[in-house]
This record gives sequence, C-alpha cells and structure tokens, in this order.
Amino acid sequence: MSELRVWVQGIGLLGPGLGSWPASLGVLRGMQPHVSAPTALPLPARLPPAERRRAGAAVKLAMAIADEAVAQAQVDPGTLATVFASSSGECANCHALCDALDAPAPVVSPTKFTNSVHNASSGAWHIAVASRASSTSLCAFDGSFGAGLIEAAIGVRSSGQPMLLVASDSPYPEPLNAARPLPDHFGAAFLFTAAPTERSLASLTISLGGSLHADSLPDASLDALRRAIPAAAALPLLVALAQGASQAIAIDYLSGLNLQVNVAPVLQPEAA
Amino acid sequence: MTPLAISACTLTTALGAGRAATLEALQAQRSGLAPVTFMDLPLPTWVGEVAGVDATALPSSLAEFDCRNNRLAWLGLQQDGFLDAVAMARARWGAGRVAVFLGTSTSGLLQTELAYRRRNAQGALPADFLYGPTQNTYSVAAFVAEALQLHGPSWVVSTACSSSAKVFGTAARMIDAGLIDAAVVGGVDSLCLTTLYGFNSLELLSDEICRPWGASRKGLSIGEAAAFTLVERESGTPQGWLLGVGESNDGYHMSSPHPEGLGAIAAMRAALADANLQPADIDYINLHGTATPSNDAAEDNAVSSVFGTATPGSSTKGATGHTLGAAGGVEAVIALLAIQHGLMPAGLNVEGRDPALKLNYLQHNQHASVRRVLSNSFGFGGSNASLVFGGVA
Repeated sequence: MSELRVWVQGIGLLGPGLGSWPASLGVLRGMQPHVSAPTALPLPARLPPAERRRAGAAVKLAMAIADEAVAQAQVDPGTLATVFASSSGECANCHALCDALDAPAPVVSPTKFTNSVHNASSGAWHIAVASRASSTSLCAFDGSFGAGLIEAAIGVRSSGQPMLLVASDSPYPEPLNAARPLPDHFGAAFLFTAAPTERSLASLTISLGGSLHADSLPDASLDALRRAIPAAAALPLLVALAQGASQAIAIDYLSGLNLQVNVAPVLQPEAA
Repeated sequence: MTPLAISACTLTTALGAGRAATLEALQAQRSGLAPVTFMDLPLPTWVGEVAGVDATALPSSLAEFDCRNNRLAWLGLQQDGFLDAVAMARARWGAGRVAVFLGTSTSGLLQTELAYRRRNAQGALPADFLYGPTQNTYSVAAFVAEALQLHGPSWVVSTACSSSAKVFGTAARMIDAGLIDAAVVGGVDSLCLTTLYGFNSLELLSDEICRPWGASRKGLSIGEAAAFTLVERESGTPQGWLLGVGESNDGYHMSSPHPEGLGAIAAMRAALADANLQPADIDYINLHGTATPSNDAAEDNAVSSVFGTATPGSSTKGATGHTLGAAGGVEAVIALLAIQHGLMPAGLNVEGRDPALKLNYLQHNQHASVRRVLSNSFGFGGSNASLVFGGVA
C-alpha cells in the first residue's frame, strides 16, 4: 500500500471553545474538559480595512487559521502553495443570492456573486499575501478534510515544496441550515513540508485505509464536534499532535474509505 | 511528468451529445449558442443550453441525486461507450483503485434556487429538497462514483473556470504516488440563475453572441456541459496523452485577471516544463478566450509572451459558450479531437479582429497535423491552469 509522508511545521485551529492551537492544548490532551462556546471569528488582519469589514465568515475563519499555521511555521506565505477544503464554502452569500433570486425581476449583488465561488477564501488569501503559487479548493461533502489532507500530501510529494492545508466549515443561515445543520464554525490548518526541519513538530505517514471508522474521542463534547462538523474530522489528528506520542489514528473520509495516519512527534509541543 | 494515458473521453455541450456530434459541429464551424430561452429568463443574453437534459431520467436507485446538474452528468456519461470503458478499468484495477475527480462551479445549485421559490409561509424549504445529493459542491462526484460503482478516492475541485483542468493535475499526482491506478476526470456545470444573474450584475455578460478576440467583444455567453475522460496508469488503447500540467494563482483580484498575465504566464510555462517541451513544440493553443474585454487582452499578452505570435490559437467558447466549471474538461476533449482529426478549430463569431490583439487567432478551421495542444483555463479568484495534450505517437 502506498504511503505519503509529510512533516507538520505549523498548526492553526479555531472552533467552538477552541480559540487557537495553543489555547486548545489542554483540552486536546484531555487535561481539561472541552466546553463549547460560540466560535469567535476575528477580523482578518491581513486584509485592507474596507475588505476586512466586508469579509464573510468563511473568509474570516480560513484566514485566521491560515495565519496561525504560517506564523507558527515561520514560513513566507508569499510563495506558499495551498489547499483549501470546505464542505460548503461561503454559506451566507449562497443564502443571500438564492433569496434575491426568488423575485420576478431579481437584483443580485455583484460582490456577493464574486465571493460565492467555492474558492473565495483561497482567492482572498492569495491576494492578501500576493502569492502566485498554485492553490486548489475542493469539496468532498462530509469527507472534505480527508480529501484536503490527501491532496496536500500528494502536492508536497510532487513539488517537494511546503504546502498549507486550510480545512474549514461554516453553518448556513436558515432556511438552508435546516437542510444542512452545522452547530458552528470550525477550521484547522496545517503547514506541511516535504522533509524535516528544525521547526518540525511531527511526521505524518498517510495511507488510504479500509473501512474502520475513526475512534471516538474520549471527551464526549469534543467527539460531538468531530461528528457534527466535517472539518472537525481533523480532531483525532490534532489530539495526536497535542499529545506528542507516536500513534496510529484513523481519519474519517468516505464511507468505506478512510485514512490511516501514523503520527510520530519530532519535538514536544509547548506546554499549555 | 510521466505521460498519462487517456483511454476514453466524451463531451456533451450545446453542440450536441458525444464526440461525433461535437466534431461535426466543429467541422461545420457551427455555434451551439442561442438567445436564452432557459426558464424564460428576461436577460438579454445568449447561452449554450444542452438539449434533452430535462428528458434525461436518472436510474431509480440514484433518484436522490436528481437535479439538472446530475441529469446532465448522466446524459454525458452515456455517450461514446464511456460507461463500458470505465467498467473495464474497474474490472482491471479494482473498484477501490479507480478515483473520481471532477470540477464544477455551481453543482446542483439550481435545485436550491427552485426550492427557495417554493418556501412556505414560514420561509422553510420544501421537504423534498435534498441538500447533500444535489446542491452540495461534491454531489456530482458522489453521483458519478455511485453510478459507476467506483470506490476509490473522490472529490470535486471548485476553483471557478479552472476547476476541470486542475483535476487532471490531481489525477496525475495520485497515479504517480501509487494511490490509484485510474481515474474518471472531467467536469459538469449546468445553467442556473446564480451564474446568469451574477455575471450579468458584474456586467460581464454579452447581450449578443460572444465574440472572443473580436474588436466588438463585450462579454461572456454562458454554456453548460458534461465532459469526462478516463485516465489510466497503463492503457492498451490510448486516445491521447496528458503530457503536462501547470497551475498558478494571479494573487491579484477576485474578478479581474492580472493585466500582464503573470499568473497565466507562470501556468503555461509550468505546463511546458512539466511536459519537457518548448513553446515551439505546441501546434495549437485552445485559449481560455471568454470574450470579456479584459480576459482576451490579458491572455493575448500572456500567450504571446510565452509563445510569440506564430502559434495558431482559438477559443472554442464561441461554439460551446463558457461552461465554467466544465470548461477545462470540455476543452481537454476538444484538444484530443483536434489531435485525432488534424483539425484546429476556428474561433467563431469574431466579426472583426481586435487589432490590438497579436496572436495568430484562427478564424477558419485549419487542417494540419496536430501533435501537441496547450489548453488554458483561467478562473475567477485568479486560479490558472494550463494543460498539454499529445497524440498517440
């Protein structure tokens, strides 16, 4: 069975009761119980003031975790190739457009339309950091994180260059929320390199696994997140990285096809 | 990259369903665009609507996937013996070793637009609206994987107009990494209100037939399409070869291309380098050529920077319309047809060449040996992809 190996050099995390990667270490290590609280989306510091105010939730979420991963990795975002994985893209725009189109003579906002593309977050990031490196934006519904992880790992293998994976999901407003309920925003980002560096946190050896589902996380509240928000399929990986011990984990991807990831730490993460 | 065999290919556009209908239309220099009658939209625009989508019924076991986009996908899959070719690959490699990588921009969004028009007094959507199998961006890949009983990795790339070009890169990397042995690669996008009204609100929609490279060009004609290829690690009967993939971003603006085309230049150079070829090795360029004033000017600049002004090129969007997330796949199959039939298709509807544009833009079909084609797909949000295709030696 073929394997892919990447090294993790930076991590970003933002979700309900998970304010950042460092702030979440205690919860991820099981030293504190996870307490859900609404995800706080910061204004993207990288965007110019007018854009910053107009940024939608999906863009705010993606940029926050991308920034955190890049800052920890201490890499130049200007040359970084990226993979953005989301099950839904910019949901508020989608609702606003469908609502506006439910009219005899629809009037559609050009800005909302432009930012309704699934790659809006990628576009915003690459414009903000002036990166002309390649980017993809992909979707595999509930399996979007797994798809993003594979695409990023094969990208690193193919190019030999670092890649930034940004996996994020946001809820829809009503009435779409009833058709696709997500409890809150959640995102995780990883900066992967092709070879170990002095800043590597761990290596990941990734292979396409069988049909074994990801283990339930011991913290019931955290496990509920894992099952409720597609990007939170990353939680077993985040837990393994936080715990800093070698372990083999399963990541849910498609029904009947999961990812096996062997996590081998290089450095101990900073104590919370 | 190691050349990747394309064992089967098919496309369904406003020119017709399947390769033979497409080739016949290209030989006749006929456009499939017409003033919009879709949903009686009061928009002064031309579109490339595919005939027979509404009449295409999904197999009953796949009923939950029913929406225009998946019906168009199903119509497309049934052409050119594609289903048989995939079945053979599935038998040869195993279902778990055949992947599905497709591009789309709006997926089943029309289904949602229609559901919004049936909201009840409390504003709730009708109970028969199924988000996952229709609207969600992944739905067309889920549908195709289910319909073809493929159990390998699958996802949808949604990067606007470069979506179904980028998926070729994904498939090549996955096969090279040994994770899969074959993949269904292509794209499907269908007419919906969001794109028609959306591009209209950006004043990017032409009120007449689109005229790529024309002096009087004024914007897009939207089209819909389903295009599929089967790529394999090894093939007994290759239709052609993927020789190179180049991808980049503009990092510039969400809806306007970089005027100097730096991202486009980077993508084209990367594709040539990946194919181990020089610009002079390309016989024909299938341009992105959307017929917006800015795209064609920027692309003309970018292409001439890389190739000079001698290499013949054309946009086929005057025939098919801009099929958005399906454009990369459609134009990949047109590239293969060009190679197989020694046909460089004319760019239609030009009416008068823009004198400011420098390329050797074909306004009439050229019949000549075509060994290698470069195809460009440059998308909203600045996502660029260029592909190089080659013939059977």
